[in-house]
Amino acid sequence: MVRAGRDLVVALCTAIAVATAFWTAPPVETQTARPARVAGKPNLNGIWQALNTANYDILSHPAKAALAFRPGPVVPVPAAAVVAFGAVGAVPAGVGIVEGDEIPYLPEAKKKQLENQANWLDRDPEIKCYLPGVPRANYMPFPFQILHSDKAVFFAYEYAGAVRNVYLKDPGPAPVDSWMGQSVGTWEGDTFVVTVTGFNDQSWFDRAGNHHSDQLKVVERYTPSGPDHLWYEATIEDPQTFSRPWKIRMPLYRHINPDARLNQFKCVEFVEELMYGKYRKTPVSP
Amino acid sequence: MRKLIALTFAALAATTVVAQENPAALRTPDGTPDLQGIWSNATITPLERLQNVTSLVLSDEEAARMERATLERRERLNQPSDPDRPAPPKGGDGSTGAAGNVGGYNDFWLDRGDRVAVVDGQRRSSLIIDPPNGRIPPLTDEARARQQARLKLAAGRGQYDHPEYRPLAERCLLSFGPTTPLVPNYFYNNNIQIVQTPDHVMILMEMVHDARIIRMNATHVPKHIRPWMGDSIGRWEGDTLVVDTTNFPPQQNFRGSSENLHVVERFRRVDANTINYRFTVDDPTTFTAPFSGEIPFWALDEQIFEYACHEGNYALSNVLSGARNEEKRLGTKQEKQ
Repeated sequence: MVRAGRDLVVALCTAIAVATAFWTAPPVETQTARPARVAGKPNLNGIWQALNTANYDILSHPAKAALAFRPGPVVPVPAAAVVAFGAVGAVPAGVGIVEGDEIPYLPEAKKKQLENQANWLDRDPEIKCYLPGVPRANYMPFPFQILHSDKAVFFAYEYAGAVRNVYLKDPGPAPVDSWMGQSVGTWEGDTFVVTVTGFNDQSWFDRAGNHHSDQLKVVERYTPSGPDHLWYEATIEDPQTFSRPWKIRMPLYRHINPDARLNQFKCVEFVEELMYGKYRKTPVSP
Repeated sequence: MRKLIALTFAALAATTVVAQENPAALRTPDGTPDLQGIWSNATITPLERLQNVTSLVLSDEEAARMERATLERRERLNQPSDPDRPAPPKGGDGSTGAAGNVGGYNDFWLDRGDRVAVVDGQRRSSLIIDPPNGRIPPLTDEARARQQARLKLAAGRGQYDHPEYRPLAERCLLSFGPTTPLVPNYFYNNNIQIVQTPDHVMILMEMVHDARIIRMNATHVPKHIRPWMGDSIGRWEGDTLVVDTTNFPPQQNFRGSSENLHVVERFRRVDANTINYRFTVDDPTTFTAPFSGEIPFWALDEQIFEYACHEGNYALSNVLSGARNEEKRLGTKQEKQ
C-alpha cells in the first residue's frame, strides 16, 4: 500500500514535470515577426475571426434542435428540409453580443423579425450565398483578412468572397446602395473607426431574422488589445427599424499558425442546385 | 470626349514629371516599389496581332488612326436610336450572345478602352510580344483532341439544359474575360485595385469582386486544392513583383488551357501613372510553346463599386426556365399535329 502510494507520487511528479516542460517549451513554429505598427498606427494586418455563435442569433440563446421547425405530435420537430442533418443541423447555445441583450425594435420591425425567423429557410440571404452585409460579415464562422498599408485598409472575407475597401478619405455620400455598404475609416488614437453607410435593406444580422432598412448606419471601432486580438464594437443606427441606437461588441482573434491563409468559399456554385435545380431539363429527383 | 482625353494626357504628363523628380513617392515605406491604387488595363490593342500586321510597333500615324476609328465608332453608336425602327426579326437575328438576337447592351454600357497600348514608349499592335509574330502558339495535338471532344459533347446536348452548361460569367462565378493573366476583356469594367503589404499583395477585379490574395515568399497549396483564379505566390526580383500562379480548377481555362496552366506575372511600376505588366503563359499539354505579353495598367482616378453579380442574377433562372417553357410550347404543338 505504502509502496503503491509512493509509485503514484513518483508517477504524478513525472507527469507534472513533463507537462510543465511542455507548457513552457516555445512553440515549434511561429509566424515571422510582425511589426507592431503600420505607418504609425496599430498593425491591423492578419487573418481574423470571431469565436462565438452570433451568426445563429446575436442575442443570448440556448441550444436547440434546428433553425427551422414544423409542428410535431408532442413538441415541434425539425423541418423536413433540415431533419437529415441531425446534430449537425442543431444550434449551439451562445452568449449574446448585444449590449444589454436587447434589440430596440419598433413594433412593426419586431413583427418582421419574427416572420423572418419563421420563414428562415426561404428568407435568410446566407442560404442563397448572398453578400453578408456589415456587421454580420465580421462574425460569420469564416475568417477574414485585413490588408493594412500606409495607403489602404482592405477587408477580404472568406465567405462569398465579400470585400470592403475602407476609404481613408471620405468620398462623400454613397452614390448607390450596396450589400456591403460604403466604409470610411479614421483613426481615433489607436482605434480604427469605420463608418459604414449606403446599405440596401437586404442583408440580415444573423440566422434569427434580425434585419434592418436601407437607413442603416454602422459605426465600427477596432481597438487592438494585444498583438493577436482586436476588440470590436459597432453602434447600429436605423431610425426606420430601431427606436434608438444599440451596440454589439466581441473580441476578434488572429490566426497565429504559421501556415494561416485565407481560403476560398465561393458558395455561388454551391447553391446552384437550390436556386436553379428546378429549371433543369431533367431535375434531380428529391 | 476628345477634350477629356487631351486633358488626361496633359495630367499624365504633369504627374509623370513630378514622379521623376520624386521617385521615393513610388515606393512603400519598406522600400519596395508601390503598386497600390486603382488601375485599368483596358486598351484597343488586341491580345493577338492581326494577320495583316507585321510589326509589333505601330507608327504614330497608325496608332492615331486606330484611336480615331474607335472614337468615331463610339460617336456613331451613341447617336439616338431611330424611334421608328422596326422590331427585331422574329426569333432573333441569328447571332449568339448578349448583343445578338433581340439586342443586348448598347455602347453606352460598354467600356472597351480607347487607347493603343504603350509599353516602353512603343505603341503596340498586339499585347503578345513572344512569339515574335504576336500570336498564341498552335495547340498541341492533345489540346486539339480535347477541344474536339468538348465540342462533340456540347453538340450532343442543349446549351440551356443545366446551369453547369452556362458560361462561368453568366453563373456569376468569375468575371467576363481572363482573371489570370490580367488580359483586358474588351467588353467593360477592366478596373483593378491593388493593395500591398510586406506579406501580401491583393489584386481586386471590380467585376464579380474577385480578390486574388498573393502570398509573398510562400509555397503553393497542395495539388488537389484548385481555387478559382488559381493559387498565387509572389516574390520581389529587384524592383519587379513576380507572381507565380498554378492550381487552376479544370473549369477555368485560358484560351483552351488545361489544369496544368502555369502563369508567371511581372509587375513593374514605371511612373506615377503606369504599371508595366508582363505575363508568361505555359501549359505544355495545351500550347506548343510558352507565350508572353505586355500590358500597361493606367492609373484611374475613380472609385471601385460593389459588383453584386449573383445577388441580382435573374438572367440565369430566366434563361433556364425560358428554355423549359419553349420545350413545353414545342411539345404541345407536336401533340396537336
